[in-house]
Amino acid sequence: MKPLKKTLDRIRPHFEEGGKLHAFRSVYDGFDTFLYTPNETAKRSGGTQIHDSIDSKRTMIIVVLALMPCFIFGMYNTGYQHWLACGETSFPFWPLLFYGFLAIIPKVVVSYVVGLGIEFIVAQWKKEEIQEGFLVTGILVPMICPVETPLWMLAVAVAFAVIFAKEVFGGTGYNVFNVALITRAFLFFAYPAQMSGDHVFVAAGKQFGFGPVAPDGFSCATPLGQIATTVGDKLEILGVNGEPLTWMDAFVGLIPGSFGETSVVCIIAGMLLLLATGIASWRIILSALVGGWGMAWLAHVCCTPTYPASYLTPWDQLVFGGFAFAVVFMATDPVTSCRTNVGKWIYGFLIGVIAVLIRTYNNGYPEGAMLAVLLMNAFAPLIDWCVVQSNINRRMKRLTAKTQQQ
Amino acid sequence: MNINLKKGLNLELAGGIPTLSSTVAVPTTRYAIVPDDFPGFLPKLEVKEGDTVAAGQPLLRDKNREAVKLVAPAAGVVREVVRGERRKIERVVVDVKGDQSVTFDTHITNRDQALALLCSSGILAAMRQRPYDIVPDPEVTPRDIFVTAIDLAPLSPGLAWRVAGQQTEMETAVAMLKLVTSGKVFISVGDDWNLGSIRGAVMVHVTGKHPAGNVGVQIANIAPVNKGEVVWGMDVVSLARLGRIALTGKTDANTTIALVGSEVKLPGYVETIEGAALEPILKDRLIEVRHLRIISGNVLTGTAVNRDEYLRFPYRMVTVIPEGDNADEFMGWASLSPKKMSVSRSFPGHFLNRVFRPDARILGGRRAMIMSGEYDRMMPMDILPEYLIKAILAKDIDAMEKLGIYEVAPEDFALAEYADTSKLPLQQIVRDGLNYLRKELS
Repeated sequence: MKPLKKTLDRIRPHFEEGGKLHAFRSVYDGFDTFLYTPNETAKRSGGTQIHDSIDSKRTMIIVVLALMPCFIFGMYNTGYQHWLACGETSFPFWPLLFYGFLAIIPKVVVSYVVGLGIEFIVAQWKKEEIQEGFLVTGILVPMICPVETPLWMLAVAVAFAVIFAKEVFGGTGYNVFNVALITRAFLFFAYPAQMSGDHVFVAAGKQFGFGPVAPDGFSCATPLGQIATTVGDKLEILGVNGEPLTWMDAFVGLIPGSFGETSVVCIIAGMLLLLATGIASWRIILSALVGGWGMAWLAHVCCTPTYPASYLTPWDQLVFGGFAFAVVFMATDPVTSCRTNVGKWIYGFLIGVIAVLIRTYNNGYPEGAMLAVLLMNAFAPLIDWCVVQSNINRRMKRLTAKTQQQ
Repeated sequence: MNINLKKGLNLELAGGIPTLSSTVAVPTTRYAIVPDDFPGFLPKLEVKEGDTVAAGQPLLRDKNREAVKLVAPAAGVVREVVRGERRKIERVVVDVKGDQSVTFDTHITNRDQALALLCSSGILAAMRQRPYDIVPDPEVTPRDIFVTAIDLAPLSPGLAWRVAGQQTEMETAVAMLKLVTSGKVFISVGDDWNLGSIRGAVMVHVTGKHPAGNVGVQIANIAPVNKGEVVWGMDVVSLARLGRIALTGKTDANTTIALVGSEVKLPGYVETIEGAALEPILKDRLIEVRHLRIISGNVLTGTAVNRDEYLRFPYRMVTVIPEGDNADEFMGWASLSPKKMSVSRSFPGHFLNRVFRPDARILGGRRAMIMSGEYDRMMPMDILPEYLIKAILAKDIDAMEKLGIYEVAPEDFALAEYADTSKLPLQQIVRDGLNYLRKELS
């Protein structure tokens, strides 16, 4: 690897102040620190002389790794749903996977090019290092969008989210709202017609000329979409081929839905990695599951035909839609969640409750996980403020007790 | 009293001292006193170049509190006064010569006499007051005085053995300190303490991991500092020395330092004096393969020094690790090597419970505070460190006071700074915050 390092060192002057390629300094820095851990050593006095091996690159890459099972399953499921829609009866593994790969790769590319492009420009402009936050956001965005999302919409949404949800607040670490969710919310509210209903969740045509073509007019609503439009108290959830879907189908993930969020099995795999490495907060995940299950139980006990989703059992609520994905990968974003331990319990619990509340009692929104997390993002600082205030009060009380004693 | 602390971490580094290890005496020909080691002490010279000094004679005094002195650990001739920018005194270097020594007045019956001895013997300079973590102001009566007999810093051999057999000295010193404070004298001891109770003091048994040995952590768990209160902290070695001075009238500045770290051939003890020149101590004892970082002190709170420099306060250990500035590690963030040292479970080394040989690299770029709870895990105090750090960065005095800045010192944040994903210079931030607060409120 020495020649690579030598090359990097040799071309460095071009990127420094006064060099020909100075306009690309942030890009060079980004690649240099990505390829080689900086040799910069600790200050000689006034600080620690050694540092832990963990850095934000490591942290972010663990999250990306944790997303990989969902991502790969998403490719397979995209192919599977497409094959179903085409009325096929055999499901060859590799063509399905390849079809899904072709379907998603343009979206990943668009997401990273637009998002990282903006990050590079901002880093150059602010004379800062590139920050790694978008490594995660960039892969999350295609995973939480329907597979048929037009590329230009995705580009507009990513640009909007990165600029207005992140950079205007000061960049990674300062944003109030989860950037990936802002992208999704932007798509949802700016293009409601294209972003919901029967058409976007299953790929219809060939991908780069590969795969069969689905017949016109097949129905591919997501389970929650179907439930929201159910009339009466008889819930029937059908797959793309018209067969009923079971709880097991939803748990494994072979149902229509946003690209990466359908498989609870894969989400659990990612969750185990995040918890084993300590990157995600187990407090948030646990309390969100408890909150979601509890609210779903309450809704199920008081079920009514006015709100068809209340017929879902708590266990159904946990596996359908984006709930599990949001709890594991969105609610645990350390920047936008609560920072205090007590706060994390409250924050997670309320996400669970509100997600189920919205999807059950608001027929306009079949899915509530996204809105629940965004809402709690807004309230996280308030919850933390209360926890901090109790620490302050404890200190004040100590002081007053002391003065009264004297 | 027993205190059991859960938070914190003992870092296991290579190059510790084996149980059976002999002590080498290294004769010292030169030493230096560095005023920067004593925060809050504004140095004024009491001697000039060429002067002959006796052991215990003041070399420097504090500009604002003239009674507070830094004294010569051994007799000699002042070789030079090294000055830096704007004529700031960086160090006073003395060539060791002769054996004259000052005899202190040890007739102590009241507070003023006790304070006078504390100041003139230089022991006060080895103490720190909260708030602000500075050399104490002798005019303010401390609420309590806290003494720690615990040092759990990486590779530190601890403190208790340094005062073995010195009960009488410690009891004398405690009696003296009780004249100075309006409250109690607390001595915190760990599992390695086998000297029993020291008469006059409140003994506190502390169990836990580093930084349980920090006097600030002990204060926070015994009787936290409130706004408007002043407490003093010191370590048990200074306590015993104070007793010795009170009993004999003479200062003695011999110290046994632990020479440790992965780049030391045979880690062990070296007998020398405070502030001794490092060159003779390090000679032929280091593995000269890599670029080296020589740290006077431990890896968390020590200061990097050059070979031609001197031992720095508190004069107890020298740690030598690789500098690492030419490591050129390829994609270190992706490494699965068990040699990577980390608090994070994302590194296999975390589970393999072995000793590590870290170098001085920062191992990442500085970022905004991203991960939550990292600092909190490292601080066994009722403090919300993230919020306190943010208040300091915002220079919000009101918030700093409310969040407990009077209770902390930079060293309490050292472990959090080590573990920080965002690589923020926490100790410097806290030091700057304390200085800012002191300036604004005085």
